[in-house]
Amino acid sequence: MNELDLKTVGVRGINSQLHGLAQDTNEKHWVIRNPMGQHNIACGVSAPLQIEIHGHVGFYCGGMNKDAELTVHGHAGVGTAENMMSGVVWVKGNSSESAGATGNGGLLVIDGDASSRCGISMKGIDIVVGGSVGHMSAFMGQRGNLVVCGDAGDALGDSIYEARLYVKGKVASLGADCIEKEMRIEHLADLERLLKAAKRREKPSEFRRYGSARKLYNFSVDHADAY
Amino acid sequence: MDKTPRTLPRKSATFDDYTLSEIRRAASTGIYDIRGAGAKRRLPHFDDLLFLGASISRYPLEGYREKCGTNVVLGTRFAKTPIELKIPITIAGMSFGSLSAQAKEALGRGATIAGTSTTTGDGGMTPEERGQSKTLVYQYLPSRYGMNPDDLRKADAIEVVVGQGAKPGGGGMLLGQKISDRVAAMRCLPKGIDQRSACRHPDWTGPDDLEIKINELREITNWEKPIYIKIGGARPYYDVALAVKAGADVVVLDGMQGGTAATQEVFIEHVGQPTLACIRPAVRALQELGMHRKVQLIVSGGIRNGADVAKALALGVDAVSIGTAALVALGDNDPRWESEYEALGTTAGAYDDWHEGRDPAGITTQDPELAKRLDPVLAGRRLSNYLKVMTLEAQTIARANGKSHVHNLEPEDLCALTVEAAAMAQVPLAGTDWIPGRGGY
Repeated sequence: MNELDLKTVGVRGINSQLHGLAQDTNEKHWVIRNPMGQHNIACGVSAPLQIEIHGHVGFYCGGMNKDAELTVHGHAGVGTAENMMSGVVWVKGNSSESAGATGNGGLLVIDGDASSRCGISMKGIDIVVGGSVGHMSAFMGQRGNLVVCGDAGDALGDSIYEARLYVKGKVASLGADCIEKEMRIEHLADLERLLKAAKRREKPSEFRRYGSARKLYNFSVDHADAY
Repeated sequence: MDKTPRTLPRKSATFDDYTLSEIRRAASTGIYDIRGAGAKRRLPHFDDLLFLGASISRYPLEGYREKCGTNVVLGTRFAKTPIELKIPITIAGMSFGSLSAQAKEALGRGATIAGTSTTTGDGGMTPEERGQSKTLVYQYLPSRYGMNPDDLRKADAIEVVVGQGAKPGGGGMLLGQKISDRVAAMRCLPKGIDQRSACRHPDWTGPDDLEIKINELREITNWEKPIYIKIGGARPYYDVALAVKAGADVVVLDGMQGGTAATQEVFIEHVGQPTLACIRPAVRALQELGMHRKVQLIVSGGIRNGADVAKALALGVDAVSIGTAALVALGDNDPRWESEYEALGTTAGAYDDWHEGRDPAGITTQDPELAKRLDPVLAGRRLSNYLKVMTLEAQTIARANGKSHVHNLEPEDLCALTVEAAAMAQVPLAGTDWIPGRGGY
């Protein structure tokens, strides 16, 4: 195990150390201490590392992550794991706005609550939120899964494309072109896989599924009122 | 027959033929008009400025014999590896999706031969484009279509797109007709559906967040790449100041003549400011912050020839960027396809339904048969020829004004033909020493 103290080396020191490691490095386990809510910690990591951050982080922690497994033992700021490609980012506390924004792949787990726009423009990422999500979550979601074990705020899935949304609690309102959809066997299986990966105890049967009505896919003036 | 004299039939200047045709079109379809390109209305522009030249009070340089430099270095503020270009004319961002792969390749080839950069667009980086572009600027857009850290690191610079001149405040639009299998795969969306790109970034709001976002991009790329911020010509004084505050190495400012692949006609013609009106407020913002020439300014929107380049530089710009003109150099709107333009209900020079994907010149299309019409090698050569001509023209003007580098051109080398242009460019009306807005007028 290797330790990095942000107070000593700064964000640049941490990132340059993590970016400098080869794909097949033997130094796989890294612990970051004193993150002090700083921004851009461990963004752009592209190697199969296990990174543990002890404390709270600011914006874009784990941004564009590829292959690494990153755990934040604290709360996270805006844009956690934004544009993630693969790997795992796990926030043990809460995460602020735009968690997992535009993520292409990998798994983002937030044990606590996520704020507004969770999964905005998601492109293939899987997101599991143990608590609730704020308004406009999965806005323009293109692909991937958003699982919410608590409640969802207003305008869930507004202008959604092909992302799949699973919510256990209440949905304040659905956004334009987002509807409740039938939960079929393959969805239950997918949900079971995601809940298991996130170490959740909820049962798939407790969730409802939401997705696109696909009525806004090609512009029609008759749907102009929907915008 | 009544011999009473009658007046001639008179059409309204307000309700002109174009306006009437638009009312009829709107009434028939119920949908606003969508088109490509930039503002087509007459606007105060570089044609309303003239260079004074040299005589006794200024000493000219010998054409063809005395050196007149044209190189420009971009990204000197924070980036470890700034970009050096041979000419101060770059190729603007245009997406694969809106343009064919052949057209993107041709832009890369032409720019590389001429010693300048080209730019990706809303749709990610293609191998053809990266392979053929010595210097490639990678756009970071609200949609983040195709965005990934590997391509980010392959780029020579990163351009965070906040807005563009044709539609400041508007997002992107790629209609279903142009969504081929390849375009759909790059954007992670089903084939054939309309793709709307958001008008705001998904994970930052305002200049304070943008500063953090830029730092993230710098961290991911080891602080090597110059980071540009592209803005539309909305409120250039404030937007440029905030871009500098957010940490830009380079600001790209696009006036309303700057083109788009597709948006509403009403947006193109009625939102944003002319390029000429944007430059001086932008330069003033940089000067007041002590950042003029430290944060480089690139201006685009209606640049057509070396005179436009020289005039923009004289007003304080470091480089210009071309989009529409580059497409024309490749072969867009060429009269050789006139019969096909007529079949589409238009004429060469006016074709702007780029969103429909039926471009006879094979440039703004994803139809493989049409796209085949453009030879990327030949088209690239045409673009490099055009860039060289523009550069020679700018040098000719610079020498005539006694300048050994195009960046030495200055506002004092200019006068204006109209009061409007004099006010916008802050140069004297020709034959006077009057600059509107200065000296108590």
